[in-house]
Amino acid sequence: MKFTTLLASAAMVLGLGGAALADGHEKTKVGFVYVGPVGDGGWTYEHDQGRLAVEAEFGDKVETVFVENVAEGPDSERVMTQMALDGADLIFTTSFGYMDPTNNVAAKFPDVKFEHATGYKRLHPNVSTYSARFYEGRAIQGHIAGKMTKSNVIGYIGSFPIPEVIRGINSAYIHAAKVNPDVEFKIIWVYTWFDPAKEADAAKVLIEQGADVVLQHTDSTAPQAAAQEAGGVITFGQASDMGQYAPFPRVSSIIDDWAPYYIARTQAVMDGTWESKDTWDGIGAGMVGIGEISDAVPEDVKAEALAMKAALADGSYHAFTGPLNKQDGSPFLAEGETADDGTLAGMNFYVEGIEGDIPQ
Amino acid sequence: MDLSAINPILLIAAMIAAATPILLAAIGELVVERAGVLNLGVEGMMITGAVCGFIITVNTGSPTIGFIAAAVGGAVLSLLFAFLTQVALANQVASGLALTLFGLGLSALMGQSYVGIKPPRTETTPLGPLADIPVIGPIVFGHDLIVYLGLAIVAATWAVLTFTRVGLVLRAVGENHDAAHALGYKVKRIRTLAILFGGACAGLGGAYISLIRVPQWTEGMTAGVGWIALALVVFASWKPWRVLLGAYLFGGITQLQLNLQGAGVAIPVEYLAMSPYVVTIIVLVILSADKSRAPGSLGRTFHASG
Repeated sequence: MKFTTLLASAAMVLGLGGAALADGHEKTKVGFVYVGPVGDGGWTYEHDQGRLAVEAEFGDKVETVFVENVAEGPDSERVMTQMALDGADLIFTTSFGYMDPTNNVAAKFPDVKFEHATGYKRLHPNVSTYSARFYEGRAIQGHIAGKMTKSNVIGYIGSFPIPEVIRGINSAYIHAAKVNPDVEFKIIWVYTWFDPAKEADAAKVLIEQGADVVLQHTDSTAPQAAAQEAGGVITFGQASDMGQYAPFPRVSSIIDDWAPYYIARTQAVMDGTWESKDTWDGIGAGMVGIGEISDAVPEDVKAEALAMKAALADGSYHAFTGPLNKQDGSPFLAEGETADDGTLAGMNFYVEGIEGDIPQ
Repeated sequence: MDLSAINPILLIAAMIAAATPILLAAIGELVVERAGVLNLGVEGMMITGAVCGFIITVNTGSPTIGFIAAAVGGAVLSLLFAFLTQVALANQVASGLALTLFGLGLSALMGQSYVGIKPPRTETTPLGPLADIPVIGPIVFGHDLIVYLGLAIVAATWAVLTFTRVGLVLRAVGENHDAAHALGYKVKRIRTLAILFGGACAGLGGAYISLIRVPQWTEGMTAGVGWIALALVVFASWKPWRVLLGAYLFGGITQLQLNLQGAGVAIPVEYLAMSPYVVTIIVLVILSADKSRAPGSLGRTFHASG
C-alpha cells in the first residue's frame, strides 16, 4: 500500500470513527486545561478535585481528561484544539489567560461546549464563563489580618494585575483598614501563578520589610513555608485549604469548591440543556469556602469573622459597601451603596489608602 | 516610597541564597559544555535532585545525606543522557529536551506522597564568632554549607580547567574531539564523567531549592531555573568566574526588584520584573566582547570512525 493511500484510509477510518462517536457515543467526555501541576496544593489542585468529583458522580457515563502545566497564550489553544479533536464534549479552561484562546477554539468547534474560568468574554454561543467571588473570602481575611497585625504592615503577593487580583487586594484592604486604620499594605507582583522559589522569595522580602501577615494570590504553598520558617507571621490558605500549615502560620483559608458547578454543567451537557451563561457565585452558593479559622485567632476576632461570613452568605452584607473612595480620592461608592457586578468584574483601580500604582 | 524598609544586609544575604541554585547548575553545565556536550536536561536533573534530596532528608532527618542523595540522583539521571548521546549516539538537543521532560514527570511521581511535608532544617555553618561580626558576619559567614560548596566548586573548576592536565584534556576533547581521540584520549569516557559532574551539580542546585530556599516539595518547583542556568553559561562565554558573576547579578537583581516593589519605589513593576534578565545579559555580553567563543566540538556527536 502506498503511503498516501495508507494516510487516506487512516483518515477515513478516523472520520468514520469520529462520526460514529458523534451520533451514538455513550460517554460524555469532559476535558480540563490546567495552568499549573495538579500537585500544586492550591488553585489547580482544587480544579482537579472538581474533576474527580465529576468522575465520582457519573461513573461510567463520563470520561475526563486533563492537561496540566499549560502556558497561558498560544500553546493553550493547541491543547484545547487537540482536546476538541479527540472528542471532548465539554472543556473547562481554568485560568484567566486562556480567555482569548478559549473563544478562538470555540469558534472552530461549535458543537463543543467551552467553560472559561475567571474571564468575561463569551463571543460564541458555546462559551460560558464562571468564577467565584473570592473577594468575599478576602474580606474575612482582611478583617482577621487587620485585627491580628502588630506591625500594621500586611504583605500581599500578587500574581498578575488583573481585575480578579485587584478586587481581592481592595476587599482585603477595605476590611483591614476598617478595624485598623493604621494598617499599611505592601504589594509585590511576581508575574507568575506558580513559581515556588519566587513566591517564597517574595514572602521573605515582605517579612523582612516588616509584614507580619502575608496574603498570597499565587498557587503554591511556598509562602506558607516561608512564613513558618520566619515565625510569628500569619498566612491564609489560597484556593485550597493548605491545612498542612494550620494552625499556624495558616490561620484560615479561601477554598474554591468547583465540584457542584462542574457536576451541574456536565449534567446539563448530558441532558442537552447546556446554554451559554455567566456564573459568579460566592460564599452563599458554596463556591467559596472559608477554611477553619484556627485557634491562633483570638475568640472574639473569630466570632466577628464568622458573623461576617454569615452576612456575606445570606446577602445582608456586600464586601464593597460605601462610603468608599478610589485611590485618587474620587468617589467610588456613596454611603450604603454597593458595587455592581460590572464594576467589580472590570476593577482596575485601588481604593483610597492603598499606596503604589497598579502596573498597567 | 520608603527605602529605609530595605535592610541591605538581609538583601545581600538573600541574594547569595537566591543565586546558589543557578550557580550550581550553571557551573556543572559549564564543565559539560567545555567537554563538548550540550545537555539541555539541566531543568530535569535539577528537579530530580530536588525530589531525591527532599525524600532522603525527610526519611533520614539529615540534610547532609539529602544533599548527597540529590547529587547522586541528578548524576544517575544524567547517566541516561550519557548513554543516549555517547553510546547510542543520539542527537544531544533532542536527548536533553527529553531528559527535562522525563525528569519533571519522574520527580512528580516520586514526590507524590511528600507534598505538604516540612523537611528538617538545614543549619547554617557554625563559624562561631565570625558570624557575629557586624555587617560582614551575616553577609559572608551566616550561610549554610552549600553556599560555600558552590563557591568552592567554582574556584576548583576554574583552577582545574586553567592549570591542570585534566583540565587541558577536558578542553581538548571539547575543542576538537577528533584530535583528542588521535592523541589517545578516551573521548567518550571523559565526556561521560563531565556529564555526571554536571548532573550532580544540577541535583545539588535543585535540592537547594527544595530543602533551603522554599523549603518544601511541590511539583515542578524549579520553574525554569535550569533554563536560566543554561543561558548563563553561554552569556558567561564558558568562563567560571563570569558564571559566578552572572548568577549573583541575576539572584541579586531578582531580590532587589522584589525589595523595591515592597518599598513602593515608583518604577513601573514591569521594568523591575524584567530587570534581572536584561541586566545580567547586558553585563555578560559586554564582558564577552573579547575573543571568547564556544568550544569547537560543542553539540557534535563523536564517533571513533569519524
